[in-house]
Amino acid sequence: MDSAPGSDQVYVPDTVRTAVKILVVGHFAVGKTTFVGTLSEIRPLRTEETMTQASELIDDLAGSPDKTTTTVAMDFGRLTLSERLVLYLFGAPGQKRFTKLWEDMLNGALGALVLADTRRLDQSFDIMGLLEEHGMPYAVAVNQFDDAPVFPEAEIREALDLLPETPLVLCDARSTASSTEALISLVAYLQTRTSQESR
Amino acid sequence: MSPPHRRERGLVRPYVVTDGRAHPTRNTLDLVTLVVAVGNLPLSGLSPEKRRVMELCRGGALSVAEVAGHLTLAISVTKVLLSDLIDSGHITTRPPIPRAQLPDDQLLQEVLDGLRARL
Repeated sequence: MDSAPGSDQVYVPDTVRTAVKILVVGHFAVGKTTFVGTLSEIRPLRTEETMTQASELIDDLAGSPDKTTTTVAMDFGRLTLSERLVLYLFGAPGQKRFTKLWEDMLNGALGALVLADTRRLDQSFDIMGLLEEHGMPYAVAVNQFDDAPVFPEAEIREALDLLPETPLVLCDARSTASSTEALISLVAYLQTRTSQESR
Repeated sequence: MSPPHRRERGLVRPYVVTDGRAHPTRNTLDLVTLVVAVGNLPLSGLSPEKRRVMELCRGGALSVAEVAGHLTLAISVTKVLLSDLIDSGHITTRPPIPRAQLPDDQLLQEVLDGLRARL
């Protein structure tokens, strides 16, 4: 345990009664960990979930020891939004295989922010498909890497085949303001959806 | 037979600490359920892992995910340990406002206000 329970920031303030979560998802090396780290007020934490016992056993028998280390890693951070409300951000890679960890993450989440990289837009399809399958609303934030080509928004929308109402924003995962703005676009979109549904 | 080559971080296999159980005794624990230790209950009879959970949770409220992260335990294992500790009265969940009582639009507005205030 290299964390420091006892320091002020570790625990949730006593007044907090509600915790909500938003997912920060995207393919490998798209900036999820950076994004969560930029916004989190606690040192970001990571947990790893191994695949099921059964699959480990099968991998052992198959004599491919590397596969026994198959894990799904999840980074998460926390933001206190008011004296009674905290927001948790969970960052995890997209996977074709639906895991227990995914189930845990999706359950009760307000929505998801899909981070995308203009150099590898096609790699965002799996995760967007997974979210759609589970009815999880999302916004897309293009993380602007210094050496990535800049495309007009319309081209990115077309390449990602986004619905007209799906928000698309540019962000810099290293910048607190820019990352906060990306979350704000997502939540504003979620609010629009809710008010439309209740009409 | 040569021993299997493993690169696991701990010496103890994940589910050994849960007596081999992969599922918690209750299904109400979410990643963001806030848990707190109940003060001054004796820790005698608890396994070392449950003691670690108690020691961590005595400092204040944490989400299930944070407990797992601080103790470098898998989420599934953490849920089993926390469920047992809730059953034995050592841990309590901080009563969250049930989602049904808090309209979604009000909750989203609070989230939005909180985020905007950070800019």
